[in-house]
Amino acid sequence: MNKPLIDLVNISKSFDGTLVLDDLNLSVKENTFVTLLGPSGCGKTTTLRIIGGFETADTGSVIFEGEDISKLPPNKRQLNTVFQKYALFSHMNIAENIAFGLKIKGKSRAYIDDKIRYALRLVNLDGFEKRSVDSLSGGQQQRIAIARAIVNEPRVLLLDEPLGALDLKLRQDMQYELIRLKNELGITFIYVTHDQEEALTMSDTIVVMNQGYIQQMGSPEQIYNEPENAFVADFIGESNIVPGIMLRDELVEIFGARFVCVDKGFGNNTPVDVVIRPEDIDLVEPEKGTLRGVCTHLIFKGVHYEMEVTTPDGFEWLVHSTDLCPVGKEVGIHVDPFDIQIMNKPASEDEEAVGVNE
Amino acid sequence: MNNSKRLLAGPYLLWMTGFIIIPLILILYYGLTDRNGAFTLANITAISTPEHMKALWLSLVLSFVSTVICLVLAYPLAMILRHRGVGQKSFIVFIFILPMWMNFLLRTLAWQTLLEKNGVINGILTMLHLPSQSLINTPGAIIFGMVYNFLPFMVLPVYNVLCKIDDNTINAARDLGASPFQTLIRIWLPLSFPGIVSGITMVFVPALTTFVISNLLGGSKILLIGNVIEQEFMKGSNWHQGSGLSLVLMIFILISMALIAKYDKNGEGSAF
Repeated sequence: MNKPLIDLVNISKSFDGTLVLDDLNLSVKENTFVTLLGPSGCGKTTTLRIIGGFETADTGSVIFEGEDISKLPPNKRQLNTVFQKYALFSHMNIAENIAFGLKIKGKSRAYIDDKIRYALRLVNLDGFEKRSVDSLSGGQQQRIAIARAIVNEPRVLLLDEPLGALDLKLRQDMQYELIRLKNELGITFIYVTHDQEEALTMSDTIVVMNQGYIQQMGSPEQIYNEPENAFVADFIGESNIVPGIMLRDELVEIFGARFVCVDKGFGNNTPVDVVIRPEDIDLVEPEKGTLRGVCTHLIFKGVHYEMEVTTPDGFEWLVHSTDLCPVGKEVGIHVDPFDIQIMNKPASEDEEAVGVNE
Repeated sequence: MNNSKRLLAGPYLLWMTGFIIIPLILILYYGLTDRNGAFTLANITAISTPEHMKALWLSLVLSFVSTVICLVLAYPLAMILRHRGVGQKSFIVFIFILPMWMNFLLRTLAWQTLLEKNGVINGILTMLHLPSQSLINTPGAIIFGMVYNFLPFMVLPVYNVLCKIDDNTINAARDLGASPFQTLIRIWLPLSFPGIVSGITMVFVPALTTFVISNLLGGSKILLIGNVIEQEFMKGSNWHQGSGLSLVLMIFILISMALIAKYDKNGEGSAF
């Protein structure tokens, strides 16, 4: 349906001999919200800066609508960036900040004034034209930075952890604001964050990165429910990752107990890693459970209780449930087949880093 | 709490009173009285004599030219420094302020020897069979001395303010379509203005009031307003006249600072 707008082909980049991106390939479709997600140092910001033109890749190319733009300076690229710490021009007022790109392009006064009003309305800051940058709160500055970028009608908006410096409530509000903006403007967003919740909330596609490699790429549901390796499972939300043996299709053995699952194609008697989300574990009467354990830990978290159930083999299962199980009580663990996610065991540390290339 | 904090300011207040306020009042007193202690404006109006006007004008012109040269030399240097790695940066800054560790008078004397009629530079020129130049005792030599001595005072504030500008602010300008030149004009220069202003202040004011540089490199032929005032105090022993001319000079400095401050919207970095 959507055609690819930006293609990163075999991008590698190192700083002072440290490899930050290793042969990265990524295709971004038009009019999608793509999030690059990963821990700090995973190469996500470098990737964004290479697309924006602030870094040059050592090898590989950046293709924009079939045209190689690797050598173009930032001012010649049809994309705009919203920077982490706003990067507003402190010597200009809000209107001048927003007008900057348009003035450079030599647009008429009337056109620019129209655009300023339109952009301020879009980010819910009508009437802020004459205000100084310093008089704005962090969230307002961030919205001005977005307004300053979008008045130029970029094909792609690059956002580098734009909500990182805001408090939780404001961050959540801005997440909905960004989704609304993306839908109203119909432009492609490439968003960088280390916050998995932010990524899950806003994205059409999430690209999970670690150590310069793409670990997994897919919809938020795919990334959350079907992590392809232990890193993704662990990074996106909390999870129980336990060793298991795939006895045959749709049957896995964990700590000697047999669980019915829905995964196929791993062969017979293959060692695997099993991911079970804490909220997918049902605590039942001891005799009804597939595994038995004793509740050893209990915390009230608001929405749910966080519990730890220790099974005889010593593994502590993390369980999220609205039902309370007091500490010391014996319980059974039951997991529905479709809540069990099977992953191949990495043969070595290296393979884990390389992860999955689609 | 508050009282003990005030006590901490005591030593400086004492210093300020003894060495800044009282001398200023004395200059004001001497400048506005004659030898008999009667009030007069004659010391002030003495500036209007042709020789004083000429000295003042020459001082203003030479200081202005020196300040402009310093700025033109310092800005690109500060710009290059800002973009260097941390280690390189501090080394170059160190090299740059190294001459400041040597006595100002000594350095100017050294230039006298270099520029003299039979000095080092003319010696080299003669060796190369080139005509020797009259370098010393020219306005050019004075400007050279001013630039040489005051350049670090321009580089450091400009460099400091450039370092404070966030890389992403520059990236944002480039991202919004500005070419490197447009970024310089619209972003670098306005944002570094406070540093430029304090640099100008730190070069222009000492250059306007100097008499050492003009004494050593200008000979007796070129009189700057600083020399005139010095002569009134030292040779003529006319403290009243000297103080009066000092007051006039102060007014000129105040005017130039006010002009600069007018363009310094943020009020950072200026002398006031």
